Amino acid sequence: MKVLVPVKRVIDANIKVRVKSDQSGVELNNVKMAMNPFCEIAVEEAIRLKEAGAAEEIVLVTAGIRQSQETLRSGLAMGADRGILIETDEALEPLAVAKLLKAVVEREEPGLVLLGKQAIDGDNNQTGQMLAGLLNWSIGSFVSKLETGDGSISVVREVDGGLEKVRLKSPAIVTVDLRLNEPRYASLPNIMKAKKKPIDMFTPEDLGVGVAPRVTVLKVVEPPARDAGVKVSSAAELVEKLRQEAKVI
Amino acid sequence: MNTPIPDPDDALILDSIDRFLERDVRPVVRELEANDVYPQKIVDQLVELGLFGATIAPEYGGLGLSAETYAKIIERISAVWMSVSGFFNSHLIMAAAVQRFGRDEQKQQFLPRFASGELRGGIALTEPDCGTDLQAIRTRAVKDGEEYVVNGTKTWITNSSAGGILAVLVKTDVNTQPPHRGMSLLLVEKGPGFTVTRKLDKLGYRGIDTAELVFEDCRVPATNLVGDTEGRGLQQILAGLELGRINIAARGVGIARVCLEESLAYAQHRQSFGKPIGEHQSIQIKLADMATRVESARLLTESAARAYDSGERCDMEAGMAKLFASEAAVSNSLEAMRIHGAYGYSKEFNIERYYRDAPLLAIGEGTNELQKIIIAKQLIERSRV
Repeated sequence: MKVLVPVKRVIDANIKVRVKSDQSGVELNNVKMAMNPFCEIAVEEAIRLKEAGAAEEIVLVTAGIRQSQETLRSGLAMGADRGILIETDEALEPLAVAKLLKAVVEREEPGLVLLGKQAIDGDNNQTGQMLAGLLNWSIGSFVSKLETGDGSISVVREVDGGLEKVRLKSPAIVTVDLRLNEPRYASLPNIMKAKKKPIDMFTPEDLGVGVAPRVTVLKVVEPPARDAGVKVSSAAELVEKLRQEAKVI
Repeated sequence: MNTPIPDPDDALILDSIDRFLERDVRPVVRELEANDVYPQKIVDQLVELGLFGATIAPEYGGLGLSAETYAKIIERISAVWMSVSGFFNSHLIMAAAVQRFGRDEQKQQFLPRFASGELRGGIALTEPDCGTDLQAIRTRAVKDGEEYVVNGTKTWITNSSAGGILAVLVKTDVNTQPPHRGMSLLLVEKGPGFTVTRKLDKLGYRGIDTAELVFEDCRVPATNLVGDTEGRGLQQILAGLELGRINIAARGVGIARVCLEESLAYAQHRQSFGKPIGEHQSIQIKLADMATRVESARLLTESAARAYDSGERCDMEAGMAKLFASEAAVSNSLEAMRIHGAYGYSKEFNIERYYRDAPLLAIGEGTNELQKIIIAKQLIERSRV
């Protein structure tokens, strides 16, 4: 089985995000970028499938500016086999990404598409579902456990109120949640080897997909600063305030 | 303060190092350090990460990293636990001597095993009676047929207890003048006649094995002499020490930086007289001095590493970096302790560990006093009137 893993380049999760002074977006200049943490979990799971003999090839794909190659390289260093960059300077919305991925799926014909449930920048949580809709494939979202069987994939989904076990018909789409695994860090020899792994380059035009944005961002602002809380000296005072001021009990 | 963003080639490497440190080193440092336990699991992870081959050429299975990249790795590691950088540093100095001066079959014999971490070791120079003055060593190697017979004592030898091989500086001729012409470097594998007599207890730099060794009629194949001829040992090892001093400098940058970072954070939340202590000028002056030392130390270290990478003679540059960065670590650790007050003195915080680790940098790999002599001699040499 071939596994396709779409990955996204985002601001490193440990960096404090700042808004640009003209409020047109988030400051990306001189900011450390990294692979979206949920995408890393997807890459890790694909590698584990390969190590267990359930997958033969892992193909990474990303869409974005040329530097997104670095994100592909980090996944190749973890253990993926090759990469695909769909290069564009356009700000991509989830539907555009899903359409690009559909075109890649039709070329690559993977048995499984593993993606992060969402990216930590836009927090959209849409791409996997939209891709499933466009392809009319089965999907398991928010997955915390994955097992492959003959012609099917069993997953455990983290849903409100508990866990849901679902069997998906292959080929399928799985979006992964935080608890699925802990991604490995690449060894230095593997980082060196990853430099020689192939990355194919396309443009959205090559794939016949229009990616013009449909949404206009008017303004990006920082969330309002929170005022300091009130300290109470006793439980009795707390109850009194909850009753009289907050009127919640 | 942020460390500069590395270029893409280094970024992946440094990212892996950071993750390893956060996941597998930081959570266990305090306990391992307090009990002076050899961290076998961390050493195994260093092997897996490939660090024992960091600066060994790719043709022998190493990573062939530049000294500049290597220094960035060491800075990061030392900002978490300095001892971890020691497991592979003297190993790489040994490897550098073999790579630069060894015979071809010797390189084939040893370097791939050094690079994979299968055979790990270090260098054995210092003796109970001499460290800085290496020409005064007394360990002797006498040729007997196809073997050398080694007798003598070495001390303060890193990786000697856990490692399997050492590059040992010996006298092959005690009568030659100047004495260094009678000194050679021998690769000695663990075996009969090579005894680790005791592990040394230290103020800092704990966890790593630093030991005293005795060679008693230890027989070593003559082919383990580094290079073709006897009498080149001191030059061979001194060349490796340039990289060693860049490594010490990078450790200094790491410790100086983490002392600054922890002080900066502490100064913003610890209050005195109704405001964070970072708003008092006396603390601000300390922070400014600490930050300036970190930046200066890093720039000197980068510049020495670049000189090493270009293949130029860089004992002066490496000496300056080692001197300044190690003193920066010593100063910043004391200033961090003052800023943290009683908490800095407490075992519950990391500051006291940095304060115990930092002085090694001023003493080891050639004392700072010696560095000044090296710097001055080179200054005069390079600007003869």
